[in-house]
Amino acid sequence: MLWRTETPRVHRVDHLLIAEMVAKGSRVLDVGCGDGALLQLLTDTKDVDGRGIEISRERVNACVARGLSVIQGDADHDLLDYPDGAFDYAILSLTIQATLRPKEVLSQLLRIGRRAIVSFPNFGHWHVRTQLLMTGRMPVTENLPDAWYATPNAHLCTIKDFADLCRLVDARVERAAAFNASGQQLGTWLRMPLTVHNLLGEKAVFLLARTSPL
Amino acid sequence: MSEAQTRTGTPAGAPRPDDADVVAEVALEKPLARSTEVDNPSSDVVRFTESQPLRLDCGVDLAPYQIAYKTYGTLNAEKSNAVLVCHALTGDQYVASNHPVTGRPGWWEIMIGPGRPIDTDRFFVISSNILGGCMGSTGPASINPKTGRPWGLDFPVITIRDMVEAQVRLVDHLGIRQLFSVLGGSMGGMQVLEWAARYSARVYTAIPIATAAWHSAQNIAFHEVGRQAVMADPDWQQGRYCDGAIGPRRGLSVARMAAHITYLSEEALHRKFGRSLQDRTQKTFSFSADFQVESYLRHQGSSFVDRFDANSYLYITRAMDYFDLAAEHGDVLANAFRNTTTRFCVVSFTSDWLYPTRESKEIVQALNAVAANVSFVEVESDKGHDAFLLNEPELFATVTGFVNAAARKRGIGEPPKGGR
Repeated sequence: MLWRTETPRVHRVDHLLIAEMVAKGSRVLDVGCGDGALLQLLTDTKDVDGRGIEISRERVNACVARGLSVIQGDADHDLLDYPDGAFDYAILSLTIQATLRPKEVLSQLLRIGRRAIVSFPNFGHWHVRTQLLMTGRMPVTENLPDAWYATPNAHLCTIKDFADLCRLVDARVERAAAFNASGQQLGTWLRMPLTVHNLLGEKAVFLLARTSPL
Repeated sequence: MSEAQTRTGTPAGAPRPDDADVVAEVALEKPLARSTEVDNPSSDVVRFTESQPLRLDCGVDLAPYQIAYKTYGTLNAEKSNAVLVCHALTGDQYVASNHPVTGRPGWWEIMIGPGRPIDTDRFFVISSNILGGCMGSTGPASINPKTGRPWGLDFPVITIRDMVEAQVRLVDHLGIRQLFSVLGGSMGGMQVLEWAARYSARVYTAIPIATAAWHSAQNIAFHEVGRQAVMADPDWQQGRYCDGAIGPRRGLSVARMAAHITYLSEEALHRKFGRSLQDRTQKTFSFSADFQVESYLRHQGSSFVDRFDANSYLYITRAMDYFDLAAEHGDVLANAFRNTTTRFCVVSFTSDWLYPTRESKEIVQALNAVAANVSFVEVESDKGHDAFLLNEPELFATVTGFVNAAARKRGIGEPPKGGR
């Protein structure tokens, strides 16, 4: 398998799973591309025609300096500029929880990409739930490291919440996976029920397609 | 001035200004630059004959005409490594070599040269003087073959598109089908956009820096101040000063001073000069250049007129004012880039108020609307519009990264020295 043999271990597991989902030579838009690690991975291993949008000017400039096609912008405003079906995949990696209008952003992703790939931290993870239950305070975990007043996250959700949103925007879930705290992928959706994923998954990755033509 | 001084007296110790000190010092004994460079430049020049006219936007067929240019580096066997550098309002072809009139180093040596972001050990760099210029390409200072005298205001009004069309003839003349890159800042960036819009297949990458797809009302307004300053100078003589007369040295100098302010930022002016006095410890209670910033601007103005033709200044500022890429494409900027295959790298600077980031973003939005391959970087700098010509490491890192990635894709080899 790709992530066990060909690429260094430093890659994030969710990135490796996304790379596995993306077809070779496809057109990809990575919304909230950060330091460009995923774009670089997709360029190196899947030979994609990749573009990125990133909100932080410093990170944009660093991405461009390493040869990636990245612009400064944000998911809430700048997806509107792109034409329908401009990309094979529109990716939102650990970003949707920081957007102002997640539903609109997800709809935009499905408009400009033939498929959308979304990963997010799962607020339904048992660790988060117990922290809130036991301490009565907003959870602070490895995936959610900031105090409530300092976090960029505006719209945290659980895996079940996100599955509901997918139905709401008419997105078909082609594939979904969750990772536990040590970065291992949990069993497939079929063998383990959603409730278990929602409890044990720290992060989730969804591969979505539109159910109806635009 | 003297009246005020009789009443208040000149402060003790202050130098006594004389009248000549009040007006910006411009050497009036020298005729305005109409050097031999106008017709016979020190650089290479390609001459197009009567049978190869250039159809201008205004409808005139210009012929004969000539384009002066410099090249740096070596064209590879595949002719795939050519880079065209487009210059700004008062630039010229001497991008990486000494200027023949001023003797000063090339105006973009920090960007172009061996081991620079545009590495001349790797790329074949072409830079030409624009049509309408005064450093060897045909312009209002050139001799009108029909009269045997300088064109002056009989020269047809030119546009950014005309400049680009002339460059296309030059690139054809050099036998180059596709340019690896076209880059430039300010008005140079306008030419880059025009190239990409009209000749996408011939432009592998485009790097428009500190520029806009159309000239704003504010920018037109500043240009009009400059033009009126030139025309208000009686030595301008309706543009007919070229026959050896002095020419509008004062007017052109004032135009340059006003324009120069727009190239800087309030922050940069404050940092550089503040309220510091020039070679004196006290105010002189006169209109001489008490402040360093005044002295600096006067110097900028007077040194400019030694190398630039006033009519050229009028024509080129006009071309910039007329520039509106969206208007050329049904008022939708995205239409200019439909089906483009060019890879873009758009750069702006935070303190540039002449071509603010907002206007670069419009270009990026139009490129996104056609799903073009675009990078966009806003460089943090307090140096204003001029930042694109200065030492801005973030700009160099951006251009280097973008160019190297594209060169790898295009199959252009690393420089022989093995890079930096």
